[in-house]
Amino acid sequence: MEKFILKYFTLIRTLIAILVGVIISIVLIYLISKTPAYSLKQFLLGPILSKSRLANVFENASPIIFCGVAIAIAFQAKQFNVGAEGALFLSAAIGTAFAVSTHMPALPHVILILVVAGLTGAAWGWIPGVLKAKWGASELVSSLMMNYVAYFLGLYLINSHFRDKSAGFLVSLPLPKTAWLPQIIPGTRIHVGIILAVIFALLGYYFLYHTTTGYEIRTTGNNDKFARFGGINVVKVVILSQVISGMIAGFGGMTEVMGIHHRFNWQNSPGYGWDGVIVAIIGRNHPILIIFAALFLSYLRVGSQVLNLMADVPSELVAVIQAIIIILITAEAFLSQWKYKITMKQASLEEAGNESIA
Amino acid sequence: MSPLLKSIFSTGFGFAILRVMTPILLPALGVAISELAGSVNIALEGIMLMSAFFGVIVSTFTGSIWLSLLAGITAGVATGGILAYFHLKLKADIILAAIALNMFASGFTIFMLYLFTGDKGSTSSLKSLVFPEIQIPILKSIPVLGPIFSGHNIMTYIALLAVPFFYVLVFKTPLGLRIRAVGQNPNAAESVGINVNRIKVYALLLSGLFGAFGGLYLSMGYVSWFSRDMTAGRGFIAIAASTLGGNMPMGMFWSSLLFGFVNSFAIYIASLDIPSELIQMIPYLITIIALALFAMRKQMKKKRVDEAHELYSEDVISSVVKDISAADE
Repeated sequence: MEKFILKYFTLIRTLIAILVGVIISIVLIYLISKTPAYSLKQFLLGPILSKSRLANVFENASPIIFCGVAIAIAFQAKQFNVGAEGALFLSAAIGTAFAVSTHMPALPHVILILVVAGLTGAAWGWIPGVLKAKWGASELVSSLMMNYVAYFLGLYLINSHFRDKSAGFLVSLPLPKTAWLPQIIPGTRIHVGIILAVIFALLGYYFLYHTTTGYEIRTTGNNDKFARFGGINVVKVVILSQVISGMIAGFGGMTEVMGIHHRFNWQNSPGYGWDGVIVAIIGRNHPILIIFAALFLSYLRVGSQVLNLMADVPSELVAVIQAIIIILITAEAFLSQWKYKITMKQASLEEAGNESIA
Repeated sequence: MSPLLKSIFSTGFGFAILRVMTPILLPALGVAISELAGSVNIALEGIMLMSAFFGVIVSTFTGSIWLSLLAGITAGVATGGILAYFHLKLKADIILAAIALNMFASGFTIFMLYLFTGDKGSTSSLKSLVFPEIQIPILKSIPVLGPIFSGHNIMTYIALLAVPFFYVLVFKTPLGLRIRAVGQNPNAAESVGINVNRIKVYALLLSGLFGAFGGLYLSMGYVSWFSRDMTAGRGFIAIAASTLGGNMPMGMFWSSLLFGFVNSFAIYIASLDIPSELIQMIPYLITIIALALFAMRKQMKKKRVDEAHELYSEDVISSVVKDISAADE
């Protein structure tokens, strides 16, 4: 048992953090709600009690998976590039602009739009990457700034050049039907995007753990001096990790427009990039775990919306819980005392075993 | 004169710049003080929200402006303290911990707002007292200068006074010296007996203090209520302002003024049907360029020092290094 705990310590620690978060939320619901049992049921079971809500969980998870994988690839190289939000926003805007101004059959159209969006995102990741790799400028600050630039640039493009003036609010022209991503489950809005998201997560996993470049990214992230001495081109790795990150975020933004809204309708930044940071932390930068983390986060979100709608507890409960979960996961000293004790106990046991053999 | 130019050369516009600058300059000083101690603090967004919220809550329930001030400051400093605790004691990465804190502050304040007002709508807000506006005796009667510089909320003057305060704190006090020592070389600081972690804690608490004033200004000066996510990214803009200002007091004053100018300008031209997005983008672009230039300069300096190390023996190095830094000054 204790050996098991040591082997899977980080995973167990993550699960405990999640558990603490869920327990705190249950306590909060009991403190606030006048009908706690009913509220709790809405929160925990709400998403699976109706088909449309369950579908919501998967719809919402799709862009979060994209952004989570995007952030994870940069984080694995220890690049704190939080520019997924900006890459997603601008890629969706430029992709939309391209989609409404071109006409071609469905399949090539969809592919070309995704290529445009992906390239936009890649370019957006390239800038902080180069600034960091060549001159050591903080990618955190530059990517934060790039988020704002992307936001204003995207809004300018849509509101000034591709705005649908017949619509009563600020949205882009509708995407032609050829640019829509098909739905896969009738009666819901679940579209091909979720399959693409999972495919990209799997590709991301293969890339990080089964290719040379992936190995170089992880080595650079673990110790860039060691990587340099080991002959890894750290400059290339730092740039590449952020380019790939931006590209995947770009796909995420565009699939959301092509699959759900069918036009660009964001006047505020949608926040998927920050959700990506959350799931990357919960999933410990592992693309496959990120799929589950995104589904978990999405489930919590939908549950909280049900809670907000049906009971007397605001949905921001989730923001509080996810913050607690994240801070516990990132706090490396959290439970380290426990691990230390088990390790010591194991060691003394082994020692005793060795002596008895001797 | 066109209406645009007329409004820009009005005193009202000058007044607006200082007004918009205040909630950027204060958190920018907060970002800078922790940056100088070597910790990147991106939690100013959360710090400001917490202060803005607790100031308003206390003002609603006690009706006392002094208690509100105290509550806001406590909330901001405490949030800085929580960040310090998780980062230095529990060894969390400071960036990720700050992201979590921002998220927490946003969720927590909306959550509490709902409990106090019972309103789930996005427009829910809580009314509040405001800090007084100050008419400066002689200045107010001077034409042009008077309408621009007099009659501001007291927090605007606190922000302006915070600049020399920051200078004195960082460059003229033992604490400031320690903060800079820890930021520049923690190992060297430790070797002369400075408790590195304690200094970093002080810097993060100070960071919370500056942020607290910024947050209080937002809810109890800029407007007179608390509404959800009312910081609207100013905590991040503050990072841009402190970067652009090179973490130096006057530099940050000018960069915050630039952000104040651009944002006021964007508000003014929004009514004239000119796309304001491109104008609003400019300060961020300038920040990225400045960031790149700073980094480039730093690296070139380092390269020259490294070359000096290769070329000369140990005893001449120090004099060469001295020459180079003298030339850079």
